[in-house]
Amino acid sequence: MTAEKEESKTAEARPALKISEINLQFKNEVKKIPGGERMMLCFQCGTCTADCPIARFSETYRPRQLLRMAQLGLKDKVLSSDQLWLCAACYTCVDHCPQDVEISSVIRALKNIAVREGYMPSALKELGGAIMETGLAYKIPELRLKKRSEAGLPPLPKADVESIAKLINRTGFGKLLEKGGSS
Amino acid sequence: MPNLKYAMFLGCAIPYRVSSYELSARKIAAKLDIELVEMPDYNCCGLPLDPASHDVMLTLAARNLCQAEKLGLNIIALCPGCAGTLRKVNKLLKEDKHERERVNGFLKEAGLEFKGTIEVKHLMQVLAEDVGLQRIKETVKKPLSNLSVAEHMGCHIVRPQKLIGFDDPEDPEILKSLIEVTGARCLDYMDETECCGAPVAGINDRIPLALTRDKLSHMKAVNAQAVITVCPFCHMMFDTNQMRIERMFNETYGMPVLHYPQLLGLAMGFTPEELALKELRVDASKVVGLI
Repeated sequence: MTAEKEESKTAEARPALKISEINLQFKNEVKKIPGGERMMLCFQCGTCTADCPIARFSETYRPRQLLRMAQLGLKDKVLSSDQLWLCAACYTCVDHCPQDVEISSVIRALKNIAVREGYMPSALKELGGAIMETGLAYKIPELRLKKRSEAGLPPLPKADVESIAKLINRTGFGKLLEKGGSS
Repeated sequence: MPNLKYAMFLGCAIPYRVSSYELSARKIAAKLDIELVEMPDYNCCGLPLDPASHDVMLTLAARNLCQAEKLGLNIIALCPGCAGTLRKVNKLLKEDKHERERVNGFLKEAGLEFKGTIEVKHLMQVLAEDVGLQRIKETVKKPLSNLSVAEHMGCHIVRPQKLIGFDDPEDPEILKSLIEVTGARCLDYMDETECCGAPVAGINDRIPLALTRDKLSHMKAVNAQAVITVCPFCHMMFDTNQMRIERMFNETYGMPVLHYPQLLGLAMGFTPEELALKELRVDASKVVGLI
């Protein structure tokens, strides 16, 4: 995503909310995921956004807005938002929130729902595929393994990928990975 | 003194791209009589998949905890992302019966069960709590008294505070005292505790580079001669990406970025070669020249 593209999004007019866009059950969906429980306690003070290192360098990323959209039940809007994926999970907002909302965990819960609904960034899909195949988040090239032994480092353990794949499938994520991402 | 024997959790990023961190960490560990036992089977800590599925994260983390439980050893991790994730999940599953039963339901599929018999610590926490500053001080042969550095300890080693429970995220004194025990001066600088931005690098290029550049400029403003990191991702942002940042913003930093074990290793009297300083992207000979 380029800076220009982000900025053009801010420039969009902000129309009034339509009652038809609101999903009243959405908050319950978020609250069911661990970390999302306290979402409705956010009183929009904006501490998360003021202290967010990403927000300082983004024209559009505002965690407070994401929380408000989720509270209001603007399900489609929040799940399809590119902004969702800009949270670095540095947890500064979690440490600073006066309402103990765990903002970054709520955003993570929103991402989890977005993935279930078919929005999965390609970077995330690649990581998932690598873990499924090798147990690790990156496929480590042979050359690296050779260099390890030359440098006197112990060989990298081989993970039991069969058992890892079983577990990933058991949580239901394997299916989502097969379905693939939208971007 | 506690038993200094740990299961070594290497994670993914370190063996993939940052072996200088592992090499130097093993050197200082040996000097401090820390025994590292290789884990015969481990997987990604789970953190990278938390945005995709919280349950996958919990299960992958718990699988690693089970492997260490089988060895009967506490885990030491070099990557704060791994250490933080395993530490948080370990605490959660020990304290929350409902979550433990739910995750054990997943683990059963692979014949595993989380029992809650071990602890997880990052290298820095092991150094501060299990080894102790006094013992580290005794191994310093060449105090780095001509060196002034800036620390960038990153986020996951201390945040979220209530789950990690190590040092003060707003003023990381313990981490700084580990730098100062080498004889180097640890400088204060603006926005010191801020994130490097690495986790969003796969989604957006510009923001992490702008964030790291901001921190580099604040470090330069206080005349830091090097940056000290304890995380493979922070290290990639400051070291691997530094030339890219210089080109992008038309600025010059030339700021060497050392892994903490390289700094301590130099003070212990290891040679730059033994600590893999030549693997750093930004030339660190300036730092070596000051010793």
